[in-house]
Amino acid sequence: MKLREIAKLLNATVCIGENRLDEEVEHAFASDLMSDVLTLKDTPMLITGLCNVQTIRTCDMATLDIIIVVRNKKVTEDMLELAEDNGMVILSCAYSMFKVCGMLYEAGIKPLF
Amino acid sequence: MHQEYTVVEGDFVNAGKASSSVKKTLKQLNVDPTKIKRVVVALYEAEVNAIAHAYGGKVLVDIDSDKIKMVVADKGPGIPDIALAMQEGYSTARPEVRDMGFGAGMGLPNMQKNVDKLNVTSEVGVGTTVEMEVNF
Ligand SMILES: Nc1ncnc2c1ncn2[C@@H]1O[C@H](COP(=O)(O)OP(=O)(O)OP(=O)(O)O)[C@@H](O)[C@H]1O
Ligand SMILES: [Mg+2]
Repeated sequence: MKLREIAKLLNATVCIGENRLDEEVEHAFASDLMSDVLTLKDTPMLITGLCNVQTIRTCDMATLDIIIVVRNKKVTEDMLELAEDNGMVILSCAYSMFKVCGMLYEAGIKPLF
Repeated sequence: MHQEYTVVEGDFVNAGKASSSVKKTLKQLNVDPTKIKRVVVALYEAEVNAIAHAYGGKVLVDIDSDKIKMVVADKGPGIPDIALAMQEGYSTARPEVRDMGFGAGMGLPNMQKNVDKLNVTSEVGVGTTVEMEVNF
């Protein structure tokens, strides 16, 4: 599924990464726990309710570069700066984690395991 | 190549500065991306621990053509029982640390999984030193 379609489906704002919206996404992982994200071998799209600089830093270390922030949490300037440095995409949407996961699963996005 | 960084207690905003700088260096050196990920994930876990559980410290990195050596040495409370701390799920993280998305007791086991050599030494009331090596 293209990021552009994901953004549309979730009624999401593209906070950064407009230039990458034609990229395809196959897998997603949902967690608020950065400890957990750091154990991933693969590099799925991350769906998270944790919205701070550490979210971005953790994704940088784990080489994840597409993030969906749920529940309209505020994506700060610091986060955007760090995300820009790393060429990341951040989408922000109002829906809950459960709803976002359900919608994306239904649309064919696959889990890692 | 030798690099040194300082980490400061409670300074979560800068947690990962050392790791991201090492990441850039290894990229420039054309190290295999899967190895880079192992290195930076392990270093980041150690850096976060020094910030979260201790009073900050130093990160020393030595890169040569066949491996990277990393030492994260902190001043802090130390770890009374290292074997227990190495167990997945064991954590004494404070609420502030949990609010940052950490404190699941997964860091030390994750370092173990990602590096070729891990050595943790600690003295209660003095500090903890984590030494790691990844072969390229
Ligand atoms: N540098 C340190 N100084 C003092 N205690 C430490 C240090 N590093 C680890 N510990 C102790 O070992 C425990 C386990 O560490 P570990 O990194 O595995 O998990 P965590 O940091 O609690 O959570 P996570 O790493 O999943 O975010 C910590 O909760 C803490 O009690
Ligand atoms: Mg830890």
